[in-house]
Amino acid sequence: MSKLKFILVVLVGYLCCCCIAQAEPAKSLAADPVLEKRMLRLTEELRCLVCQNQTLADSHADLAIDLKNQVREKLASGMSEQEVIDYMVQRYGDFVLYRPRLFAATWLLWFGPLLLLVLGFGFLIWKLTKHRTEAALEMTEADRQRAVEMLYEEPTDLKGNV
Amino acid sequence: MKRFIFPLGVFVILLGFLGIGLRLNPHEIPSPFIGKAAPAFNLSQLHDSAKTISPQDMRGKVWLLNVWASWCGSCREEHPVLMNFSRQNIVPMVGLDYKDTRVDAQKQLIEEGNPYQLSAFDEDGRVGIDYGVYGVPETFVIDKAGVIRYKYIGPVTPEVLAKKLLPLIRELNRV
Repeated sequence: MSKLKFILVVLVGYLCCCCIAQAEPAKSLAADPVLEKRMLRLTEELRCLVCQNQTLADSHADLAIDLKNQVREKLASGMSEQEVIDYMVQRYGDFVLYRPRLFAATWLLWFGPLLLLVLGFGFLIWKLTKHRTEAALEMTEADRQRAVEMLYEEPTDLKGNV
Repeated sequence: MKRFIFPLGVFVILLGFLGIGLRLNPHEIPSPFIGKAAPAFNLSQLHDSAKTISPQDMRGKVWLLNVWASWCGSCREEHPVLMNFSRQNIVPMVGLDYKDTRVDAQKQLIEEGNPYQLSAFDEDGRVGIDYGVYGVPETFVIDKAGVIRYKYIGPVTPEVLAKKLLPLIRELNRV
């Protein structure tokens, strides 16, 4: 009986240890799910400088992990999202922003596609109106007469005989 | 024939853009630090954890800050260039040992030679982040007033040293 008890105690103790051991590593991540969500949302707006075409949130580069820790810390210490972004821009320049800021040098970047669209439409309209006026101009009464003749008269051979 | 001129023109312009794009190095990101004061830090020295080092100590001198690590392959590439620079005794060079262990870093400096007057030990990479470091090696040129004047990303080659760093150092030393 006491032997069975002993085994039970050991088993329960073992299970408890397992639970604790498994819970431990996850704890730091899930410590504050709200904070974690804010951090992830913010780092999705920031570029990883090592991989460049990945967001900080996506990247597993060493530096990206360090920077994510920094962002987490700054947010936890009460910094606002904008302040954290300013902190990053101060260190890594506008390049870290996935959404470039609007200033003189980025006007073309922001409005270039719109400009191309407007130019394209302009070109299209110009071409169409030119085509229409040309068509209207070319068609004189004599031309019309000739067209009617060609369409409705009996076919003629080369000598003009019917 | 005439109708081909317009598309050809567009093609040539595109080709021009592509040509320029290919010559650019996407890893050379313009540093926002140029013309700004070097961020302050107070780190322990690599060789003596009891002593500290700060950019404030270098005031009045033109100096280089070279970010390196023993685990960094390209740092080995630039090492002979730095050794050569150090032997000429032009301006002091401070090493920032980035995310490293003291043992590994010291071992490497003993084995391969130490080009640095002083070495700061940035174990967790915090100071690196404050300097906008994203790939070692990186080299900063800092003037007498403590303002960052130039940043070079990647291993310093003899050519970079001769054409970019040395002329700038000479100019800054004259002021």
